[in-house]
Amino acid sequence: MKNFLKYREIWLLAGIAVLIGLISTRFPGFADPANLRQVFNDTSILMILALGQMVVILTRSIDLSMASNLCFTGMVVAMLNAAHPAIPIPVLIVIALAVGLVLGAINGFLVWRLNIPSIVVTLGTLTIYRGATFVVSGGAWVNADQMSPDFINFQRAAFLGLPMLSWIALLVIALFFLAMTRTQVGRSIYAIGVNPTASVYAGIDVGRTKFIVFCISGMIGGLAGYLWISRYVIASVEVANGYELNIIAACVIGGISIAGGIGSVGGAVLGALFLGIISNALPVINISPFWQMAISGSAIILAVVLNARGERRQGRIILRNAEAA
Amino acid sequence: MTDTPAPRHVPDRLDKPLSSAIFSWEALLVVIAVLIFAVNSLASPYFLDPWSLSDLTFNFTEKGLIALAMALLIISGEIDLSVAAIVALASTMMGMAVQAGAGTPVLVAIGVVTGLGCGAFNGLLVTRLGLPSIVVTIGTMSLFRGIAFIILGDQAYKGYPESFAFFGQGYVWWVFSFELALFLLAALVYWFVLHRTSFGRRVFAIGNNSVACQFSGVRVDRIKFILFCLTGLMSGIASVLITSRLGSTRPSIAQGYELEAITMVVLGGVSILGGAGSILGVVLAAFIMGLVTFGLGLLNVPGIVMSIFIGLLLIIVIALPIVWRRLREGRFA
Repeated sequence: MKNFLKYREIWLLAGIAVLIGLISTRFPGFADPANLRQVFNDTSILMILALGQMVVILTRSIDLSMASNLCFTGMVVAMLNAAHPAIPIPVLIVIALAVGLVLGAINGFLVWRLNIPSIVVTLGTLTIYRGATFVVSGGAWVNADQMSPDFINFQRAAFLGLPMLSWIALLVIALFFLAMTRTQVGRSIYAIGVNPTASVYAGIDVGRTKFIVFCISGMIGGLAGYLWISRYVIASVEVANGYELNIIAACVIGGISIAGGIGSVGGAVLGALFLGIISNALPVINISPFWQMAISGSAIILAVVLNARGERRQGRIILRNAEAA
Repeated sequence: MTDTPAPRHVPDRLDKPLSSAIFSWEALLVVIAVLIFAVNSLASPYFLDPWSLSDLTFNFTEKGLIALAMALLIISGEIDLSVAAIVALASTMMGMAVQAGAGTPVLVAIGVVTGLGCGAFNGLLVTRLGLPSIVVTIGTMSLFRGIAFIILGDQAYKGYPESFAFFGQGYVWWVFSFELALFLLAALVYWFVLHRTSFGRRVFAIGNNSVACQFSGVRVDRIKFILFCLTGLMSGIASVLITSRLGSTRPSIAQGYELEAITMVVLGGVSILGGAGSILGVVLAAFIMGLVTFGLGLLNVPGIVMSIFIGLLLIIVIALPIVWRRLREGRFA
């Protein structure tokens, strides 16, 4: 099994290499290390979000509210910064994580305690969180000139040749890798996705783990909220509208099974990078950016066709619904 | 001396006592609808005007048409997130046809056929290749709308013929718009198909246990394929109505409709896990969503704040029966 998973990511990596190769034939500078670093930095936010979504999908759930959470938290942080420029950025990041955590915990609570399917809960909170953004901001925007220089420049500061944003992404990737492979919660998340019923008999609290998973995706949404606003230096109700599906697309391309239990940190990162490379490459090889949507759509379909080959589930469920008891 | 039991007639559904009708989901929706209706008419003096009420129906007829087919699809355990993108693509195709000088009947045919074709494409991917529909339709959502963006870019198609405007702006009789008449007719057809035909019973059966259906001789894949085609078809019809009502096509048309249509279906009592639901519930949910958005609109509440109410309504209506049951059983944590 382990070999097989590696196999999948190696194929994805090969696909990305071929993609970069193809782009380089049209625009030789693309494979330049400096440019690739730029692409990585551009994709950092999507990678972080894809990791947050991944842990949710692994437990057979889905979080459609991530982009709205990002929008709300980003607005809160931007308004705080505009009103009190003295608050240091690390404190703002902690606030962003906390706000995101609360929003995620609301999703998690409804899924855990009321047993409402996650797609219904997050479909509801998707509209609620974005509407709440309008309520807290009164429909106003927070513009670049209202943000403090620290707020904008924190993620752009270079450290050992990479911008802070890339370092944050690398840190998040490392944390997720350790959590998913080396901790009990990480292994429980996989177990629930593979077989929730067996997980109950193995002593895993399925509901509580799902709650934790939504808290994680909420915190990630909050963190991405600060990063997004300080990167594109505008906070409005329209921020990241519809982006939740891009996040899921990155996961799907990365080989994370929507049926749960299959997927890895490397896959999510590569899936996000694949989309990031396409969006970065289109302008430089003179293809209208309007092609991007259709290309990522085709990539998703192709990825799911290829992934489905190895995913057929064997065995039968003998004991049904024990996790609900 | 052995009793040979007389061959018993096995009913295909149980007789429902009156009490279950009173406490049914549909009854809850009727109560909510009446409440919202009463609050609206108290809150705004303009609400009870027949023409206001007629305008109200435009808020949900197009999404409602999609929701009818989506309900069947969700009952069968699948989902289609690409419906809004199908609307956009069908509208773009109609726009191209107008540019080529097509008349109204051709336009309608192109819109409907494009929708049907997109639905069939989804259906083929899901049934032939055995892929999960949620992922497939996230992909085709980007693909269909992406094609619309490739064709149109940041441009818009205009110049639809006069006679084409009837579908989205015309009235059949007095205040009853063509859209409303079509929605009610479609609701009747879908009610009949789902609740009165063997096809409808099979849709429920597939949603409850598709493996058992397969072993019972139900052609699961074929029925699912038909349902995807129907959803595409209804999206095509909705596209004709929206394009006719707006009189122009942009690639961003009908953005976010997929989630609103699904909200309608779920609010209407259809289980998102499949196997349960009714058309009456979906129709009531469509009216409720129309009432909420229109009533709040009369009170000058911005659209984005309305969406909070829709979201809350969705979660509360789903959560209420669960909380209620837990409270009665006394095991709510």
